[in-house]
Amino acid sequence: MNFLEIKGITKHFGSQTVLKDINATIEKGEFLCILGPSGCGKTTLLRIIAGLETADCGQIIIEGRDCTFLPPSKRNFGIVFQSYALFPNMTVLENILFGLKQKKDMSASERKKKAIEMLNLVDLSEHSAKYPRQLSGGQQQRTAIARAIALSPSFLLLDEPLSALDAKVRAKLRSEIRMLQRKLGITTIMVTHDQEEALTMADRIVVMNNAVVEQIASPYAIYNKPASHFVADFIGAMNFYSEGEVLRGIRPEKIKIVDREPYDIKALVRELEFKGAYTRIHSTIPGKNTEMFIDLPSDKVESMELHRETMLFLQIPDEHAIRY
Amino acid sequence: MLLGIKRRFARFNIVQFCILLLVLVIFTVAFIFPLGALFSKAFIGEAGAFGLANYRSYFNNPTLSISVWNTIHISLITTVFSTVFGFFYAYAIMRTDIPGKAFFKYIALLPIFIPTVVHALGLVYIFGKQGFITRLGFDISLYGKNGIIISEIIYTFPSAFLLFLVALEFVDGRLYETCNAMGVKPIKQILHVTLPEMKYTIVNTIFVCFTLAFTDFGAPKVLGGNYNVLATDIYKQVAGQFNMSMGAVVGTLLLIPAIISFITGRFISNKNSSSLNAKTIPLAIKKNFLRDTLFLMFCSLIAMCFISLILSLFIGALTSYYPYDLSLTLKHFAFNDSAGGIGSFLNSVWMSIFTAAFGTVFVFLYAYMTEKTQGLCILTKYGKLLSVLPLAVPGMVVGISFIFFFNSQNNPLHFIYGTVAILVLSNILHYFSVPYLTAAGALKKLDYEFEMVAEAMKIPRWKTFLRVSVPLSAHAIVEIAMYFFVNSMVTVSALVFLYNANFKVASIAITHMEEAGNISQAAAMSLLILFINVAVRILYEFVIGIKKKQAIKGGL
Repeated sequence: MNFLEIKGITKHFGSQTVLKDINATIEKGEFLCILGPSGCGKTTLLRIIAGLETADCGQIIIEGRDCTFLPPSKRNFGIVFQSYALFPNMTVLENILFGLKQKKDMSASERKKKAIEMLNLVDLSEHSAKYPRQLSGGQQQRTAIARAIALSPSFLLLDEPLSALDAKVRAKLRSEIRMLQRKLGITTIMVTHDQEEALTMADRIVVMNNAVVEQIASPYAIYNKPASHFVADFIGAMNFYSEGEVLRGIRPEKIKIVDREPYDIKALVRELEFKGAYTRIHSTIPGKNTEMFIDLPSDKVESMELHRETMLFLQIPDEHAIRY
Repeated sequence: MLLGIKRRFARFNIVQFCILLLVLVIFTVAFIFPLGALFSKAFIGEAGAFGLANYRSYFNNPTLSISVWNTIHISLITTVFSTVFGFFYAYAIMRTDIPGKAFFKYIALLPIFIPTVVHALGLVYIFGKQGFITRLGFDISLYGKNGIIISEIIYTFPSAFLLFLVALEFVDGRLYETCNAMGVKPIKQILHVTLPEMKYTIVNTIFVCFTLAFTDFGAPKVLGGNYNVLATDIYKQVAGQFNMSMGAVVGTLLLIPAIISFITGRFISNKNSSSLNAKTIPLAIKKNFLRDTLFLMFCSLIAMCFISLILSLFIGALTSYYPYDLSLTLKHFAFNDSAGGIGSFLNSVWMSIFTAAFGTVFVFLYAYMTEKTQGLCILTKYGKLLSVLPLAVPGMVVGISFIFFFNSQNNPLHFIYGTVAILVLSNILHYFSVPYLTAAGALKKLDYEFEMVAEAMKIPRWKTFLRVSVPLSAHAIVEIAMYFFVNSMVTVSALVFLYNANFKVASIAITHMEEAGNISQAAAMSLLILFINVAVRILYEFVIGIKKKQAIKGGL
């Protein structure tokens, strides 16, 4: 049975439709990412799942129970916001205890033990007496997670939890959150606009655009079999070119450069963009004004002695090409 | 249909709704209804017909209507002086390199801590028949127009100064650096950069000063003589002649500048979303001998005026029989029973404590409910609209409206009439708006996600309110309490209609002492008010100091 079902959710703010007939399911223990550009409705969807917002139409079913009209406190989830919303007048430990104090069946020492256990889990035990402002961004973020899971919620909601951090910390926390989630086996829904984050962390991704779901699939499928032009364009880089009446797409790294026939397309090198491990070749198809990006390992580009105006013969493997 | 209602009210919290409704009902009943009573009194003539009959008879009576022009006259002159002085005084503190800025700042605030009758009283000591200056041979004929104007300038100066101080504080230093780089002369910088940046503050200050002077009761009461203004008229009509209709007419006239100012203020504040951002850099003040000397002289002069005003109260209160017997004594602090004795001072303190306590709780709850309630848009919007209305209603009008409303025999709330409760209530509502804006501002700064996280953690709303919203707004709360206390100690306007002979308050006792010729006792009582208000202010600074230290330690 599905852990959580989103059934036909529609939401308007005034005359604007922010969600149009959204349907999705989440299995128990799954890590689901809701991915989309800003303004696509993903945060509203999360807030409806949390009960912080009520949908105009549709249902939220959690563990077989219709929760559409339940207040947040009855839905048993933990939440982490982009701002973390740590209470600045409480220490790290007090932040976690604040929620635990609602558990009347626990004694004070049990609560404290639980809070410290949570802090150990996110590796913050030595910072327990500090106030949020005295912590780094990553530590604040981990405190927020510890606070969210302290009440042993049945699922976890993460609203752009990594957006406020710098790139290095973000990459580290990605794997930390994922490991923690696996360890606890807690069903998790994360909203993000960062496709890399979604690809690396999620079991499945819900790609949203303009208030509708574009595709729901595993990261691999989303990347390799994008269901729509939007998904193909939004996630990773994609070259689009027309072949007769058909629009085709191919990822830059899937294109092969050959020195003679048989080739599919000829392209003229315009620019070489060095990106570290690989180099992106900007090229155009002569007479068509279509841009093609080709990603190659930088060493290889070096050895091929490519220059501007070099003519390339490109092979486009059929199994990787996408048709619309 | 049922499902639709269910959807609409899914985020509905019955407790919160009830509290919101309660504060709105209290406000409406205690503020809007009395105003309604005032207007109905003003527009219903002797024959009971609705119309302008009362206004016609008011304006056909030249002894009454002359007050309108008198009031406008003194208010205009006051406004010009206060605005100009306030601007330069604030400019000196914010934009020049004069020494003793903290000193000048606190001296300028002194008039806030004493009732307006006391400003007038101080002037009596300086410019009155036996005043220091008068005895030196300079008679400015204090009683009448001149005295009122000087007193109103003293009264309105701190407000003008504070408004300009805030406006001058927020500045982008880069503008002036650019000017200097382009070689723009300092005078031109003031004309073309400083003043245009502050145009809204200037307009606002003009309105504030005009309204304050227009509606003040204390100064004309003491110094007016035969020079009638609206605020004294309304008092004479109501308390002297029991002509309630005429009182109501004057009451509505007193509202006019405040309403114009209120509407303009609303209009301006929407536009005045300052262009400050994170990149703004503070202005570096360079030394300039000529400029600094001139401003220092100017500030010293103003400060000297205020100091001599306070000093004159000390002399009056502590000498046996000024100006004939200058031996020191404390006998004037043994107040005559006719003016309520020391009891009136204690009454004032109690009333101010009640006002501060209940007012702070009420304002903070009100602000919390209107700021942090989801859904219920109509109610919160109504609440926000109401919250700023008291800005437009002068104390005299609050007082007279309260009489009309609460003194009516068929009002079930009649029982609070003549008790301390009505004094506290009138103070809370009269001074509601500034604390409200302080509270709402503090609450706006708190992340809305605090409430959501707490809700997800199953923490009840009241607990989040007490453990998160209140402690994080501590600074604002202390400030609000101080504001209520200080203003309750000095206010006369609303209370003069509402106090009961058995419960006199200090500010009114001073008026009566002055009237009875006991000006030494009046001065002594004024000093007590000054002392307690300054003490409260010091306490406030102290508490804020501790809070700030904690914040640095705790990382707030």
